[in-house]
Amino acid sequence: MVFHRVVPPAVGRSYVPNVFDLVALLMVLGALVLVAHGARETVEPLAVLEHTPIVLDWRLLPEYALRTTLRMLAAIVGSLLFTFVYATAAAKSRRAEIVLIPILDVLQSVPILGFLTFTVVFFMGLFPGRVLGAELASVFAIFTSQAWNMTFSMYQSLRSVPKDLEEASASFHLSRWQQFWRLDVPFAMPGLVWNTMMSMSGGWFFVVASEAITVGDTTVTLPGIGAWVALAIREQNLAAVGLAVLTMLVIIVAYDQLLFRPVVAWADKFRFEQTASSEAPTSWLLDLFRRTRALRALSVAVSSTFHHSLGVRLPLPRLPQIRLSLGIPERVVDAVWLVIVVAAGAWVGWEVIDFVGTSLGWADVGEALGKGLLTLIRVVVLMTFATLVWVPIGVWVGLRPRIAEKVQPVAQFLAAFPANIAFPAAVVLIVHFHLNADVWLSPLMILGTQWYILFNVIAGTAAFPSDLKEAAQSFHVAGWRWWVNVILPGIFPYYITGAITASGGSWNAAIVAEVASWGDVKLTATGLGSYIAQATEAGDFPRVVLGIAVMSMFVTLFNRLLWRPLYAFAETRLRLG
Amino acid sequence: MVDITSATATFAPETPLIEIRAVDRSFPKANGEDLIVLENVDLTIRAGEIVGLLGRSGSGKSTLLRIIAGLSAPSSGDALWQGEPIDGPPMGVAMVFQSFALFPWLTVLQNVELGLEAIGIEREERRKRALQAIDLIGLDGFESAYPKELSGGMRQRVGFARALVVHPDLLLMDEPFSALDVLTAETLRTDLIDLWVEGRLPMKSVLMVTHNIEEAVLMCDRVLVFSSNPGRIASELRVDLAHPRNRLDPIFRQMVDRIYALMTKRPEPRPATAEGIPGTGVGMVLNHVSTNVLAGLIEAVAAEPFHGRADLPVLADRLQMEADELFHLAEALQLLRLGSLTEGDLLLTDAGRGFADLDTDARKTLFARQLIDHVPIIGLIRRVLEERPKHTAPAARFRNELEDYMSEEYADETLETVVSWARYAELFAYDEKAEMFSLENPQ
Repeated sequence: MVFHRVVPPAVGRSYVPNVFDLVALLMVLGALVLVAHGARETVEPLAVLEHTPIVLDWRLLPEYALRTTLRMLAAIVGSLLFTFVYATAAAKSRRAEIVLIPILDVLQSVPILGFLTFTVVFFMGLFPGRVLGAELASVFAIFTSQAWNMTFSMYQSLRSVPKDLEEASASFHLSRWQQFWRLDVPFAMPGLVWNTMMSMSGGWFFVVASEAITVGDTTVTLPGIGAWVALAIREQNLAAVGLAVLTMLVIIVAYDQLLFRPVVAWADKFRFEQTASSEAPTSWLLDLFRRTRALRALSVAVSSTFHHSLGVRLPLPRLPQIRLSLGIPERVVDAVWLVIVVAAGAWVGWEVIDFVGTSLGWADVGEALGKGLLTLIRVVVLMTFATLVWVPIGVWVGLRPRIAEKVQPVAQFLAAFPANIAFPAAVVLIVHFHLNADVWLSPLMILGTQWYILFNVIAGTAAFPSDLKEAAQSFHVAGWRWWVNVILPGIFPYYITGAITASGGSWNAAIVAEVASWGDVKLTATGLGSYIAQATEAGDFPRVVLGIAVMSMFVTLFNRLLWRPLYAFAETRLRLG
Repeated sequence: MVDITSATATFAPETPLIEIRAVDRSFPKANGEDLIVLENVDLTIRAGEIVGLLGRSGSGKSTLLRIIAGLSAPSSGDALWQGEPIDGPPMGVAMVFQSFALFPWLTVLQNVELGLEAIGIEREERRKRALQAIDLIGLDGFESAYPKELSGGMRQRVGFARALVVHPDLLLMDEPFSALDVLTAETLRTDLIDLWVEGRLPMKSVLMVTHNIEEAVLMCDRVLVFSSNPGRIASELRVDLAHPRNRLDPIFRQMVDRIYALMTKRPEPRPATAEGIPGTGVGMVLNHVSTNVLAGLIEAVAAEPFHGRADLPVLADRLQMEADELFHLAEALQLLRLGSLTEGDLLLTDAGRGFADLDTDARKTLFARQLIDHVPIIGLIRRVLEERPKHTAPAARFRNELEDYMSEEYADETLETVVSWARYAELFAYDEKAEMFSLENPQ
């Protein structure tokens, strides 16, 4: 036997620590301390919040930033767990799938801040008098902004796991547990990482929005960047808003560098392709971990624990394969299942109508629908406008690799940046110039989400095959013809991806964008967003439910009738290669 | 049950590894009937032999392999592993996949260790055995590489090492060399046979699926030739040549020729059913073959040195094609009455010879006539289009009709073939977006 060829990575060179060890060690310890510090405060009684209200003191800003960041982290962990369980159930059981996937589809279209109205009350009731309840409500709001698309991504990956690998797993006697960690999760990893990143981008918006919220009589102000901004708005302190923007900038960059870059670089190995890719993503932090002896030993220890847990077989006897062969054909079982599902749905529907119907009539439904139409018009106009502006710019940038290299990260950063922090600036302008709030509050809806269009168009243009560009050039295709026949069809799939995200985000943003204030001045644009926002503040639950239902309906129809056909068209007709 | 358990306890060496008795396998079709893939198959595998399952694609040989691997269950009949019914992948059976089926996120070593990890072998032992297998199969130095960094041949070596490391009694191989280039495949075959002859491989027997006739004769002790529609074992041949076998040996060549003849033998006519003879009429499954390839094949057979009659092994060699590929093409020619298959030869018909001499437009006219006369579904579509006042018809109408006879996938492929052949022959047009057939040509 020859042993010398395999050298486990952990024992490669000497054990003497190097400089990287120190840096890395400090970073790890620092992270641990910060987490512990932030977590201790969440179990404080709620009264603590009242005794130590938010203060616009820059020295407290780092702590607020830490609290905000930890909420984000907690939500992402929750989303990940939810994704694993929910997506696996939906992908592995046909009957569960019938129910779970449509539910997910609806959840995706429910305005996230709508959830908050109910969850704040629910979680506060769960932990009466504790900060934890309010914290959980906030974390849950972020969770709802992140979980659904991650779950969809995982579900879709699980549905497309290559059959030969599944057969190999079965053939080599991998248990379900082993198959999940060895095949399902790794295969879903690239899509999951990408969607987690997108979720994080969206999440910042909601973490800020969920830290200072009033539902009827319940007012929650959690220490964090969002609460800081809310207070700054009340006190008309523009400098404090500016500070918050700066802090957010630092947090997002740090998150990207310290968490996502390493994860993306690491997840590159899970990309399911049989040829070596030309350009692998890199991360200085991951390199640091890989080069540092102590950290390498640590990561090897972690991974070997992980592998050990895979080897553990629960001493459960193999369940006897009882098949209920009562002579009932599968189709009958399906039918029974379907009846149960439909009945349960009808019952829930009845309860909702009953709840809303006691205080609201058809006139209210009409009002909500009318306001929904107004918001719809806003979304359509803004999307058109953003498209007309960003597509030409994106193409221009995408055709110039050097510029694209610099602009792309900026656009991605802007997409992640919670635009609601910058809302006060807009309000100040509107008040100062006495502008019409119905018109001029609207752009806020797309302020944060338009960047998705820009960076997707840049990516699409950059990925456009150069031989096609050259062919167009050599056949003298130029001007209008070039746009219509060459580049627009080429970038269309990318544009659609960006536009779907942007439009979904705009609907969500309507709830905070159609109502904006600066000190005592309160601007309201008529629309479904302000309808929900005002009902929330008044604690008028039937109206909130109605508003949410109408908005979900609009979003779902918008998705089904516009985006889905366009997406299908783009996938079948215009996908290059 | 008690009887079976006690029988295994006193496991006799003469108990066959695999016993397949009267196995059928069918899949439900859209119209509720069953598509029979395997019919009444018997097979016994004993220790110490390499058995080859040889047949065209779609003959059910891979299905049989999957039943033995415990990945699929027979619809009726018995499948026994060492005397016990197969229920899930049996211990003692390992499989090598056509597509390698390596986990791209695991290194070579981790891939090889995977099977041992799954059955709970200790870490030290695992490493030792994995390195042994890697060493044996000639992968030293690649332990920490990821599959995507390896060439196809090296990847399949990992596939072999992963299977051998669990010390199986029976090794199953599903067209293990067909995804490799000619030279690599040959090296791997020779390496494997050398190890087998030297007795250095852990397994008692090997069962391999292939569509490559020479490969079967080169490696196997016993070759079972499958017939298609439904899949049955048509004949069994023993190969008693000593290893290493020489492809140029006249006995070897004779064997190959004989199998070619067996595989081109026309199936015995089957009794007509209410819907007519299965596999003919509108319900005929059409494999998609490009008209360019058909034209090329006709030209090749018409030209030197064949002059309209080509010996299939020679033709396959000249065109650098696998037998299976060539069969598909030849069958398409036969279907269109441009050629016919007899005793391992491909013979051009008068129409086929004519085709070779015509210019493009005349070829299209001839092709159109053959399609209308000999492909019932195309005749049907053309008739329907002519009868309808607007001369259009939705594809769904014909897809439904096809699905009465075949599975959805086959219906899709048949329709795809119809569209591409009819487009070439300018018989009718097809709008893919609207999924409509029409007589009009695009303006």
